[in-house]
Amino acid sequence: MVIPSVPPVLYLILSGILFTIGVIGALTRRNAIVVFMCIEMMLNAVNLTFITVSRFLQSMDGVLFAFFVMAVAAAEAAVGLAIFVMVYRSRETVNVDEINLLKW
Amino acid sequence: MVENIGTIFQWLIFLGVAFTSIIASFLVITRKNPIHSALFLVLTFLCVAVLYLLLYSQFIAIIQVVVYAGAIVMLIVFVIMLLDLEEELRSGLKLLYSKVIGIALAVLFLFGLIYSVAAKSLTGKIGTYTPEKMSANVKAVGEVLFTQYLFPFEIVSVLLVAAIVGAVILSKKRT
Repeated sequence: MVIPSVPPVLYLILSGILFTIGVIGALTRRNAIVVFMCIEMMLNAVNLTFITVSRFLQSMDGVLFAFFVMAVAAAEAAVGLAIFVMVYRSRETVNVDEINLLKW
Repeated sequence: MVENIGTIFQWLIFLGVAFTSIIASFLVITRKNPIHSALFLVLTFLCVAVLYLLLYSQFIAIIQVVVYAGAIVMLIVFVIMLLDLEEELRSGLKLLYSKVIGIALAVLFLFGLIYSVAAKSLTGKIGTYTPEKMSANVKAVGEVLFTQYLFPFEIVSVLLVAAIVGAVILSKKRT
């Protein structure tokens, strides 16, 4: 009897679960840095989907796309956290409910 | 039985890592202290890196550990320590109603996702990168990156420069 290896559906479902947890966190938490972490988690779940599909279709494009997503995530982390520091400096808070004006 | 040992270990690693990553990501969104959230985020990223190894993508797994678990979370922890978030910890649950609606919609979205991936198996043109060829992963990635994807690669370098300049200008004190 040969046990089948892990099917791609399980990887895709896991990635969907991680993405949904990220969505719930981004919707419910009010601390901007935790919201940012949830966005990183969602990007990571999407990367998992790319790698899974690229593995089971035996292609290299998904891997490269995940690589570019990571580069964009790194750039986003640098700029986003700089924005948080600046907002904190002028508003003394990073609560996303209180940062509701686009000028200050 | 002997030929199944590899597959059994694959299943064990997959299930263990999958449950660990789900629990860790739940803890990320439920902990009140942002530092705890950041550390559980590292655990989630490491679990996903193990999944990348199971999917024969060693290069992306290493990049995941270095860039995500190393650089990005390090930046996040650094900013958390720069900011005084004590006031954030005490802010209670506000807008409970909209949160419930948001969670319900997100779970509905999850069911849609699961249905859409389970209803139909993967279809598409099967490429040439078999697992045997992917065992020399860095070489394969490099070959594709520097031929077919050379232009996006250059664009990414411009993007990173723009991000560095933007971050420096944003965090500079206005005089």
